[in-house]
Amino acid sequence: MLLAAFAAADDLTDGMATVGPGEFHSVIPEGKEDAAIEVPVFQLDQRPVTNVEFLDFIKAHPRWQRSNAVQLFVDTSYLSHWATAIELGPDVDAEQPVINVSWFAATAYCEALGARLPRWYEWEFAAAADRTHADARDDPLWRQQILNWYATPGSKSLSLVGQRAANFYGVYDLHGLVWEWVDDFNALLVADDNREQGGADKIKFCGAGAISMERKEDYAVLMRVALLSSLEAAYTTQNLGFRCAADLSEGSL
Amino acid sequence: MNNRKITSPVAVGVVLCLTFLLISCGTPSHVHTAEDDRIRDTGGSAAGDFGPPVGEPIIATLTSAPNVPPPINRNTPAKLIVNLEVRELEMPISEGVMYTFWTFGGTVPGSFIRVRQGDTIEFHLSNHPSSKMPHNIDLHAVTGSGGGASSSFTAPGHTSQFTFKALNQGLFVYHCATAPVGMHIANGMYGLILVEPPEGLAPVDREYYVMQGDFYTVGKYREKGHQEFDMQKAIEENATYVLFNGSEGALVGDNALRANTGETIRLFVGNGGPNLVSSFHVIGEIFDKVFTEGGSHYQENVQTTLVPAGGSAITEFRVEVPGTLVIVDHSIFRAFNKGALGMIKVEGPENLAVYTGKEVDSVYLGDKVNDLTAVTEATTAHSTTGEVTIAQQIAAGKVLFAGTCSVCHQLDGSGLVTVFPPLAGADFFLADTTRAIDIALNGLVGPITVNDQSYDSIMPPMSQLNDDEIANILTYSLNSWGNDGGRVTREEVAERRASTDRPPGAAH
Repeated sequence: MLLAAFAAADDLTDGMATVGPGEFHSVIPEGKEDAAIEVPVFQLDQRPVTNVEFLDFIKAHPRWQRSNAVQLFVDTSYLSHWATAIELGPDVDAEQPVINVSWFAATAYCEALGARLPRWYEWEFAAAADRTHADARDDPLWRQQILNWYATPGSKSLSLVGQRAANFYGVYDLHGLVWEWVDDFNALLVADDNREQGGADKIKFCGAGAISMERKEDYAVLMRVALLSSLEAAYTTQNLGFRCAADLSEGSL
Repeated sequence: MNNRKITSPVAVGVVLCLTFLLISCGTPSHVHTAEDDRIRDTGGSAAGDFGPPVGEPIIATLTSAPNVPPPINRNTPAKLIVNLEVRELEMPISEGVMYTFWTFGGTVPGSFIRVRQGDTIEFHLSNHPSSKMPHNIDLHAVTGSGGGASSSFTAPGHTSQFTFKALNQGLFVYHCATAPVGMHIANGMYGLILVEPPEGLAPVDREYYVMQGDFYTVGKYREKGHQEFDMQKAIEENATYVLFNGSEGALVGDNALRANTGETIRLFVGNGGPNLVSSFHVIGEIFDKVFTEGGSHYQENVQTTLVPAGGSAITEFRVEVPGTLVIVDHSIFRAFNKGALGMIKVEGPENLAVYTGKEVDSVYLGDKVNDLTAVTEATTAHSTTGEVTIAQQIAAGKVLFAGTCSVCHQLDGSGLVTVFPPLAGADFFLADTTRAIDIALNGLVGPITVNDQSYDSIMPPMSQLNDDEIANILTYSLNSWGNDGGRVTREEVAERRASTDRPPGAAH
C-alpha cells in the first residue's frame, strides 16, 4: 500500500494523495452481499475544495458565477453564503470548504482541472481509514467521530480545511467537516419511492436498521448515503462541499 | 362481561354477538342508549370521503406542546395547507444537559396538526438549510404509500410537497422514517395529527398535548454537558431518559399544565417511542373516558392506559379538587429515575369530602422501599471549577427541587400533613443542616416529629443526586418559603457522603 502523499510536479496532482488499490466491503454491496469491492488505485484531493479555490474557478469561468449559472444546474441557494457573485465577503473565510455548490458545479470545477469527482466506492474506501489504519471501521472511536459530527448542529460556523490530523493516506476532513459530492451519487439508491419494493430502496426508509446492524458501524456511513440519495444534481446545501479525484494513469506518474 | 371494554374490532364483534344472544334470550324492551352509539361502526375509511374540498384553501394552525389548535367547527371538507419545518437544534434535555434534537417545527414533540375527516391536506415539509440530515415524514393518518414518507424525502435546504385526504378519524402519530429510522425518532422526530370526526369532538374546558419519548445518551441520567446519542443503548432499549414533551422540565414547575376545579380536561397523549410502551397514568385522577389507542370508541373509568410506541390515546377527566396531579409513565422507575413526570396544577376551592389523600402515599413510596437495589446508579459529580454564588445555587436548587422533591414535599415545601413532612418553616429541617444532608444522602425511615405533628414515613436515599445537586436543593430549601436562609456547600455534602455509612441498597 502506498503511504505518503503523492507529490507530483503539475498542478493537477499537487495536493492530491494516492489511495489504493485495495478491496473492501462497502456498506452498499455490489450485487452479492458478501462480495468485496475492488478499488483501483486513484488520487484524491487531500483537502476539500475551499472558497478561495472555487472563487478562482469562478473568475476563470464566469458562467459558473451565481448570477450567471443556468438554473437547470444550480438551485437558488448556490453560493448564497458569498457576499457577491465574485466576492467572498467578511463572513466567509477563504480557507473554509466551499459549500452551497451543486453536483454540476462541482463536476465542472474538477473537469476544469482535468480531474473528476470521486466515485462513492473510492470515497468510502478512503474514508474508512483513520490516522494509522487503512480500514478503521471496527474502531468505536472512528465511528464516534462520525456520530459526533452528526450531533453538532449544522448552523455552527465551519472550520477551516486541514485543521485535523490527516488519515492513513494523507487525506484530511473526510469526516467531521462537510458532506461531499460523489460522482455517482444518484446511482447509490434506486430512486423508486416505494419502501415496500425492497432492494436498495429499503436502505432509504427502513433498511439501515434491518440490514446493516451486522456491522454496527455501518449505519453511520449509511446516513451519508441517505443524505446523498436525498439530493438532486442541482441541489446545494450549506453543509455540502466536494473534493476532486483523478485516475492515476491520467496523472503525471 | 362488561361490554364497555371495547378495544378492538374483534372485541366489538364479541360484544355485538353477546348483545344479540342476550336479546334473543328474551331481554325485554331493549332501549337505545349512548352505549349503542359508542359501539356503532364509524364506517372507517370507506365513509371518510365527503367529496372535494369546499372553499378557499386554509393554512392550518400548528401549535407547540402542550398547546392544541382550536376545534375545527366546519361542516364541509376543506383543503388545508400544512407547512412543517424540520430543524436540528441543540436544546436542554434536562437541567444542565444539552442534546441535539431533530425536530418537526423546532420542538419535541413536533407541532400538533388538527384537521377534519374528509379534509384534503396539502403537506409541505421543509428541511431547514442548516440541517445536516435529510428527513421525511410518515403520518399514520395517511392512506397511501409510506404514510407520505416516500413522497417527502427532503434534502437540507429544500421542501417537499404531497397531498392526501384524511379518510380515517382518530389521533395519529407522525414521525420521520429516514434511515436509521430509530435514530431519527430517538432524536425527537415525532408528533400528533388529530383527524376530528365530522361532527367534531365533545366540547371540554381544556385541551393539552402530551407526548412521551425515550432517549439514549452516552452519559448517564443527568450527567451534565452536551450528551451524544448512544446507538447501542437504543438497540438494547436501555433508555437513559423517558420524557414527556422532550425535556425533563417540560411539564413541571412554571411549565405545569393548569386547570380549575370543575373543569374537564382532554389530554391528547402520544408516544413517539422509539422503543418503550407507556403505562400512562395521572396520579390523583381517574380518566372518565379514554379513547383507547386514539380510536373512535371510549372506555370509561380508567386508571392507567397503555399507549403503544407509535400510538396514542385521548383521555378526558373532570377535576374535582385543587392540588397537583402528577402525570407519569406508571412503569414507575421511568417516572422517578428517568424523568417521565409532568404536573397539572388544579386551582379552586377545597373539597374535603372528595379528597382522601391516599393515592399519593401508595404510589410514590412502594417502589423505592421494595427495591432499593435497583435505584439508578448515582450520577457522577462533575467538578466545576470556580465559585458558585448562593443565588446560582438557589436557582439551580429550585429546578432540582421541582423535579425530585416536590412530588412529596410539594412545590411550596408544605408537605402533606401526616404523610410527607413539610420543609417550609419546619423545626426539624431547620434545626440541623448536617442532619438534613445526611437524610438527603441516606434517606430516613421511622417516626419523627415536625412542628408538633408526628410522621412515620420512609424517604428513600437520593442516591441519584450528586454533591452539587444536594447542596443546591438544600440551599434552595433553606432560603425559600419563609425559611430564614443558610447555605450548604458541595464540600459539606462530599464530607458527609464520605463519612457516613451508606444504607443497604443505596447506590452511592
